[in-house]
Amino acid sequence: MSTSARDTVLAQIRQSLGRTAAAPLQPLAGSGPRPAYDGDVVEHFVAKMREKAATVETLDVLDDVGPAVQRYLTQIQVPLRVRIAGALRDLHWPGDLQVELGAARREDLSSVTPCFAALAESGGIATLSGPDTPSTLNFVPDNHIVIVHSAQVQRHLEDVWALWRATGRPMPRTLNIISGPSRTADIEQTIQLGAHGPRRLHILLIRS
Amino acid sequence: MHAPTNTFGERVSVAILDKRLQAALDHASGGFLKKRAALVDALPEFEALRERARDIKDHVLANLDTYLERYEAEVKRRGGHVHWAATAEDAREIILEICRKANAKTITKGKSMVSEEIGLNDALEAAGHEVIETDLGEYIIQLAKEPPSHIIVPAVHKTKAQVGELFELHHRPLGYTKHLTEVSEMVNEARQVLRGHYFRADVGITGGNFLVAETGSSIIVTNEGNGDLTQSLARVHIVTSGIERVVPTLDDATTFLRLLARSATGQETETYTTLSTGPRRADDLDGPEEYHVVLVDNGRSKMLGGAFREMLRCIRCGACLNHCPVYTSIGGHAYGWVYPGPMGSVLTPLINGIDKAYDLPNACTLNGRCQSVCPVKIPLPGLLREIRRQQFEQGITPGVIRVALEAWALLAKRAGLYHLAMRIGIPLLSRWGRKRGRLSWLPLAGGWTDTRDLPAPQGQTFQQAWKSRRKAGR
Repeated sequence: MSTSARDTVLAQIRQSLGRTAAAPLQPLAGSGPRPAYDGDVVEHFVAKMREKAATVETLDVLDDVGPAVQRYLTQIQVPLRVRIAGALRDLHWPGDLQVELGAARREDLSSVTPCFAALAESGGIATLSGPDTPSTLNFVPDNHIVIVHSAQVQRHLEDVWALWRATGRPMPRTLNIISGPSRTADIEQTIQLGAHGPRRLHILLIRS
Repeated sequence: MHAPTNTFGERVSVAILDKRLQAALDHASGGFLKKRAALVDALPEFEALRERARDIKDHVLANLDTYLERYEAEVKRRGGHVHWAATAEDAREIILEICRKANAKTITKGKSMVSEEIGLNDALEAAGHEVIETDLGEYIIQLAKEPPSHIIVPAVHKTKAQVGELFELHHRPLGYTKHLTEVSEMVNEARQVLRGHYFRADVGITGGNFLVAETGSSIIVTNEGNGDLTQSLARVHIVTSGIERVVPTLDDATTFLRLLARSATGQETETYTTLSTGPRRADDLDGPEEYHVVLVDNGRSKMLGGAFREMLRCIRCGACLNHCPVYTSIGGHAYGWVYPGPMGSVLTPLINGIDKAYDLPNACTLNGRCQSVCPVKIPLPGLLREIRRQQFEQGITPGVIRVALEAWALLAKRAGLYHLAMRIGIPLLSRWGRKRGRLSWLPLAGGWTDTRDLPAPQGQTFQQAWKSRRKAGR
């Protein structure tokens, strides 16, 4: 059935376009305008993320991540237990912190993940799914902590795509761009954080 | 979804008198306009983005077969399945079959207007599946057993108190007994209830804002993250999307992403922008085992050929609804089908037949605000006028209006006759209404004068007034 429906739809499209077969394609020239903005991209990124209700903490080196995670969980008063992306297994994690690997489970309250890139334009972090970066860590826990290296911050979304193309890898199952904690305004347009995804998005920005 | 009927007038009467609806509409409309306007003012490139978006859409539509084939090939290369549905019925059958094969009991859904268009929920429930809408607005109207009244904020017509009542009724059997009065409590309770469903779901169905031919990805944008939980926790992910949603590249999709959030909810970006490309890979720890895309035609390929191709540029942002004086007075349900407002007044007659929704294209003042805010520059008033013209041509326009229009055309096309009629009619009306300066009754014009007065003409025709001004040398 789907083969014939495919033929039906394509034939009707071609009839509407006044031809019977596919025509040679001339790609559209030019490119879309990119919103111009001045200043340092990393500062812009931080300002935009805060605008969207994320919190940002700046660290000097990657080794500071473990203690920073422990401090943050203490500060927001949740158990010192995190599920981390496999990609972070070799980081130094404080002994007081209970660390588990893998995809998110329903009972997980906090997660720590790396990101593929960060976006300054409108504020966002981009993640690629993979065995070492399961995407459920981005959505299931209440508190999502993301590690961003300042060199990962891109000016425009097109730069994030260019970075992905440069890896030469195929598109993963999912690529997520996350601009703040989950929110809804579906009841009387009142903005409420923590609709279905994380209630908090905390960024550990490593200046290196 | 309910078949559209010619009951627009009755629905409008109900809507205008519904105090809760009017309060909800008043509350909503101002906010959307203000937030959008502030963001548009802050982005000097906005106009250039609109032009680029229009050009991309026109380019894709002129090569739609090629881009769909490219997109299909990329989806397959990443292990996904592409299904083509010529009609709404085909689409329902395809999805039912996938759910049957997956032995699906529970189906979670992200927001999808195409699934409303094809009447998917009713079909799934009739086949014995449990269907749960996960977007908070959609969840609320699912509990209320109502169709969406707005394409972006489906429960915009519901007040906080009404949501509290619905939750109390439907969540009590689940053990939530507290009567809620605060939005924060309601959001939290819905979060708890829906969590269980995400993890139990066998199939997750989402829409597709854009389909990227370059990578075979479907893109959705949400603020809640419900679409992501829906698609990453179920065993099977089904994407429903119209065939016109394909874009060539990721860079092209970016142009639309910049326009969509600003136009739809007055945000710089939605919280979550998600690209989905195929099922979970062999070594992935999470994600669906199957990934299906259902490409829905349902009249779109025919629309491509006629005077309405520009309507296929629509990205379903809802800006035309928020800026429409008719929509903001009557709400979405009055339109009788899934697509309300200006875009719905074009789409509903085109999808369901211009004889089945006579009133919709006629319930428009042609003020043009919709066109001026449309991110892809669809000439909505022109398209509505074209449907009116076709209705007239096909004899769908009712008798009295037909006669009146024909009489008007007879006059308007003959300058001499028109001037003569005006020279007789204007002084007559002027004398008739001289005392009060307005007319409260006119033969054959009860539709106007029953609810408001017509200002009386001042005595001269425009031509006469013009001539006397010229003579006076002004």
